[in-house]
Amino acid sequence: MTTQGIHIENLRKRYGSGDTAVDALKSVNMDVTPGEVVGLIGPSGSGKSTLLKCLGAVTEPSGGKMVLGDQVIYDEGWQVQDLRALRRDRIGFVFQAPYLISFLDATDNVALPSMLAGTPNAEARARALELLHALDVAHRAKALPMQLSGGEQQRVSIARGLVNRPPVILADEPTAPLDSERALAVIRILNEMARKFETAIIVVTHDEKIIPTFKRLYHIRDGITHEEVGEGRSFQER
Amino acid sequence: MINLAGRDILHAWGKFVFTGIGLGLLIGVTLVMAGVYRGMVDDAKVLLENSGADLWVVQQDTIGPYAESSSLYDDLWRSIRSMPGVAQAANVTYLTMQVQHETHDIRAMVTGISVGGPGTPGWPPSLVAGRQITRSHYEAVADLSSGLRLGDRLRIRRNDYTVVGLTRRMVSSNGDPMIFIPLRDAQEAQFLKDNDAILQQRRRTAENPAFQHPDVLQHIFALQSNNPFVNAILVRLEPTSDVDRVANSIHRAQRLTVYTRLQMQRILVGKLIATSARQIGMFLVILATVSAAIVAFIIYTLTLGKIREIAVLKLIGTRNRTISAMIMQQAMTLGTIGFVVGKISATFSAPFFPKHVLLEPQDSIAGFGAVLLICLLSSLIAIHAALQVDPAEAIGG
Repeated sequence: MTTQGIHIENLRKRYGSGDTAVDALKSVNMDVTPGEVVGLIGPSGSGKSTLLKCLGAVTEPSGGKMVLGDQVIYDEGWQVQDLRALRRDRIGFVFQAPYLISFLDATDNVALPSMLAGTPNAEARARALELLHALDVAHRAKALPMQLSGGEQQRVSIARGLVNRPPVILADEPTAPLDSERALAVIRILNEMARKFETAIIVVTHDEKIIPTFKRLYHIRDGITHEEVGEGRSFQER
Repeated sequence: MINLAGRDILHAWGKFVFTGIGLGLLIGVTLVMAGVYRGMVDDAKVLLENSGADLWVVQQDTIGPYAESSSLYDDLWRSIRSMPGVAQAANVTYLTMQVQHETHDIRAMVTGISVGGPGTPGWPPSLVAGRQITRSHYEAVADLSSGLRLGDRLRIRRNDYTVVGLTRRMVSSNGDPMIFIPLRDAQEAQFLKDNDAILQQRRRTAENPAFQHPDVLQHIFALQSNNPFVNAILVRLEPTSDVDRVANSIHRAQRLTVYTRLQMQRILVGKLIATSARQIGMFLVILATVSAAIVAFIIYTLTLGKIREIAVLKLIGTRNRTISAMIMQQAMTLGTIGFVVGKISATFSAPFFPKHVLLEPQDSIAGFGAVLLICLLSSLIAIHAALQVDPAEAIGG
């Protein structure tokens, strides 16, 4: 077990009860160290989204244990009272579509989670600009989401996920709408950010072109995870 | 923390402004309707104020002369004038009718005023042009809202009158302009029969066996051709007189009904314009309901269009109260834009209404409060929808 990053132990999730009960997650076990980016793949209905929702503290698991960073958040029951604050301060989200707030410019979209955490506006915006610089999109800082390209929107979305320096980032199909070049660029950025901010990142993906880039990969099938370790393209070949 | 509502409004300002204009026109109509009611009340007060009377003496057990017909002998004023505490007493007649002017007619309240001068109860207190009536017949003073001008000729029944003076804000409680003419002419106009009716009446009287003496018959004809009645006697009191005491003594001594100004105001507002007031009240309720439905629909639609964004906001830790405040502020902004547009449109359109529209500042303040309250309540549906959004919706699958 790691003391930082993500540790998931025998996580289970059952929907419904009795004859109609469905076990979306039967036994999920994962470890992601700080600074590491791991992939999570699996067919449709395998439980990927359910796992993300449990990790994202928006769906309560039925059993097991989850540790984010140095905090046990679930152990046969929620261990934190304010899940909203947990999501705000300890988890960054990157979505398949960027889901930026349409009426805020790139800077404020990035700064918003920090402002919600109580950081003064000026400081939050300075931090946002720093991240936009790091993600090479600072020149679009004043642009509204609709004025940004798909790749730029995704980079702004990554910056938003990082702004509160969370120990964990959950990325749900972050490269799905992008072409190969941009998809690989996003994965490169996630790797750089993971190393730079010591963040543990889980990337849920179907995207064949980025799968080879993960050093570690978790398969989820019928609600059970299987870990595989590979290096670059050799992993894809297995 | 940035103002999310403000940013959204600035981003989609066209949607808010145009919706606000539409809502504003509706609010403008609401304000005008309230103004029409205020105008009617004000007209009633002005009518009483301009009459210069402290007491209205009318036929016993009637609520005349404005709300009901009232008939008094025209010599009663002398005995009332001689009572303690009375400074002036004057006969007056009121008749709402169509007055012919050139090729069209004007609806007006023809008021017969007794011989006297400015300051006599019933006389117009001031003129904006021309002079008061100085001759016993065929002169008139008209209100400006009648459209008449100095020197215009108008026809009342069978007689022509020349407009010699003009007044302003002298209208009945229905908003009809007042036209003042000498009392004798007004009495004749009020009870004047056509020639055929007079001949018929004389024939019937002549055939009555009881009136067969020629002298008696002539006297009866003379009586029938005169009208010795007026609608009311307007009384002005000595400055030191007690209104209720004098009213009481006239009532007991003359066996007539007497109203003070306050009582007459209650009759006008409470009885004469009560139906109109209820009608306007119904319109106000309908307009308020329609406004509420529009605001609720618009805010709800705007909120539904942001469901995914609201899910993201919730996922990244936005408090429910921040989201609620955002929706509420947007509803309030819509209401404020609507009110400003409504107030401006009501102010500029009021003079074009045929009736007097009085836009009172306190009505505007109350209207603004009502608009904000309606917007607040209307936003609750959208807030409920937003709070039902599951942050998990932002995560695919």
